[in-house]
Amino acid sequence: MKRLLSLLLLCLAVPVSAQTGLPPAPYADRQLDDPQQETAARDLMEELRCLKCQSQSIADSNAPMAGDMRSQVRERIAAGETPEEVRNWLIERYGNWVSYNPPIDSAVTWPLWIAPIILLFAALWLARGRFRKPKDRE
Amino acid sequence: MIAETGLIALWLAAALALLQFALGAIGLRAERNDYFAAIRPVAVAQGLFVSLSFVLLIWLFLRSDMSVRLVVMNSASVKPLLYKFAGTWGNHEGSMLLWVTVMGLAGAFIALFERSLKRQTLVATLAAQAFISLGFYAFLLVSSNPFERMFPVPAEGQGLNPLLQDPGLAFHPPTLYFGYVGLSVAFSFAVGAMITRDVGAAFAKAMRPWVLGAWIFLTLGITAGSYWAYYELGWGGWWFWDPVENASLMPWLAATALLHSVTVLATRDGLRAWTLMLAVVAFSMSMIGTFLVRSGILTSVHAFAVDPERGSFILALLAIYIGGAMALFALRVGTVKEGSRFELVSREGALVANNLLLSVILALVFIGTLYPLLVEAVTGEKLSVGPPYFNLATGPLALLLAAVMAAGPLLRWRRDNPKALLNRISIPVLATAAALFALALFTTGMSILSLLGLALAAGVGIASFAPLWKRNLRRTPIHTYGMVIAHFGIAVALVGMASESSFTEERLVAAKPGDEITVNKWKLEFEAIEPLAGPNWTALEGRMTAQYGDGVLHEIKPQNRMFAAAQTQTSEAALLTRWNGQLYVVLGDGDSEGRWQVRVWWKPFVTLIWYGGILVALGGLLAMVGRLRRGYKQRKQREFAEAML
Repeated sequence: MKRLLSLLLLCLAVPVSAQTGLPPAPYADRQLDDPQQETAARDLMEELRCLKCQSQSIADSNAPMAGDMRSQVRERIAAGETPEEVRNWLIERYGNWVSYNPPIDSAVTWPLWIAPIILLFAALWLARGRFRKPKDRE
Repeated sequence: MIAETGLIALWLAAALALLQFALGAIGLRAERNDYFAAIRPVAVAQGLFVSLSFVLLIWLFLRSDMSVRLVVMNSASVKPLLYKFAGTWGNHEGSMLLWVTVMGLAGAFIALFERSLKRQTLVATLAAQAFISLGFYAFLLVSSNPFERMFPVPAEGQGLNPLLQDPGLAFHPPTLYFGYVGLSVAFSFAVGAMITRDVGAAFAKAMRPWVLGAWIFLTLGITAGSYWAYYELGWGGWWFWDPVENASLMPWLAATALLHSVTVLATRDGLRAWTLMLAVVAFSMSMIGTFLVRSGILTSVHAFAVDPERGSFILALLAIYIGGAMALFALRVGTVKEGSRFELVSREGALVANNLLLSVILALVFIGTLYPLLVEAVTGEKLSVGPPYFNLATGPLALLLAAVMAAGPLLRWRRDNPKALLNRISIPVLATAAALFALALFTTGMSILSLLGLALAAGVGIASFAPLWKRNLRRTPIHTYGMVIAHFGIAVALVGMASESSFTEERLVAAKPGDEITVNKWKLEFEAIEPLAGPNWTALEGRMTAQYGDGVLHEIKPQNRMFAAAQTQTSEAALLTRWNGQLYVVLGDGDSEGRWQVRVWWKPFVTLIWYGGILVALGGLLAMVGRLRRGYKQRKQREFAEAML
């Protein structure tokens, strides 16, 4: 509920801040000068959900809120934070919903990561004993 | 009157479907030959009536009849004719009617032309088809009547989502629907064969063209959808693992597996139960694909018909179809013998590996798509599963699959010698190793997946032509060429994907007219911004020139469109295609100081993704033509031989 409320507040807050004429997010559509940092920021932005869009990353969205988040990501990366630190900061604020990369050590998302292994074993088990051995050639 | 006639035709078609199902079900139980004789004309009549209904709906859209609610909600009289036409199926009701129309036509087609199947199996197939259609008829007539009138009659319609006003998208949904329906026909064949316990090579040969046809349409549909998303949404991505994209990918994965296992069944009479299972899964996936998208459960850019009230109806239909299919499979699978056996190192062995890998990938896509819904329903917590998960979970398996694909066609049926295989595949392996070495030496910052993908594509590309090695090319059957081209297409697409994700260069600038923008070897001159008006939109158009190195000067005009009716803004990217890639330019918003946001990408070899997809579909088409021709010739020969006796 709290999360929902803060989300709601956030939705309301964006247009308000626009009205009060605060400076727009400086790095929303401006690349960082250091190409390595820009690549890191870009890779992270592609893995973050635009919270006001339907199924788009913040890298791909024209929504104002996505622009604010892009700017935040670039500024934090430029200030020396690692992408994972930025991601965790955003997850703390918005929950797992914001990251397209489900964490492996979370109570609800770990099954996703062991699914490939279980399925591979299931496939091998299905195939076991189906084949004729080269020895029993007639 | 048009709308009422359409509704009457729809009711009649539904009644005929019920009759078709009853004739089949009672006829099979009581073994009444006269019932069997009646089912064919009934199937043809059902196809005709449902087509009439759909044609009338198209007519309503073309003449913008604003007394029909569906037209009001999804069309506007100012819209270009093509989009009025395409608007017929760009909405929930219309697309459902299209689905059941294609289904009805397929039923009529089977009734008229299918000659190789046993009579009982054919009757059971037609009955199963009618049963599937009945669910759609009920859905349309009870909860989504496309012909509903509206009073008072508004003066103007509310238009169609401007994003969808694009020739690519006008034909993207029907293409996918043809694929889905093809899979449901294949499923009907499987049901028919399970009911009459007639699972064998003949049944597989009758089913194969439908699987191939469905697979061709799905391949084209996904390729077109991917290209549409790429150029229309204006962010330069070609696949986002969006739930709706996944909903179209899952039936394709199942169909690909089915296509390969049905070949084992048709050629070697093996993998009987497995093929039936895949037919059931492929059909289930196409149902899930249709209904999840239509129900709006998966909210995304594609979900233009969000209506939770229909959700329960949809879920009930899904449960009946998929549950029924699985139950029938469980009941009958015990009586189906698995068929001829084979060794691990054999053509069949490679095809089993193909099937298992595709199934695991399918299961992962399925889990990744639906798990967030499950978690949200149970705990209320929202989570996202996107590209990082899907790429990591399915990427390595897809590469393994590509390696199996290179080796499979070089293996003999039933059993082969591993050493002989190594001998045959040595050149592709060397090519892969050489490519890997060169890439590691000359490139930096490639992800492991892209690196392996690119290297593997070199080997797979060569290996795909190996089946033609030392063969008389004139006497090689057409379907072998089909396989070669389809496999080569996969390698081509793989190059495009790996190259796009590794070598794309991006430039974001706030530019004034007169500024110069450079990316890679491209030099762009931003000349001016000019206003522009279209039939139902206004736009700002950027005038730019672009030059690659010292090459020709190209004019490009990215647009920012404003649709008045829907109050929506879309950006029309400007694309410049060269043999070695594509330049992608998007015009964004302007600021108070006269600067414009311009995004420029240089995407090396990105077009290979879709050329690959087209090659794969072309290979499928050749395989289908080859198979049908051979089947026709064999039947003629048999008839001739019988006539001589």
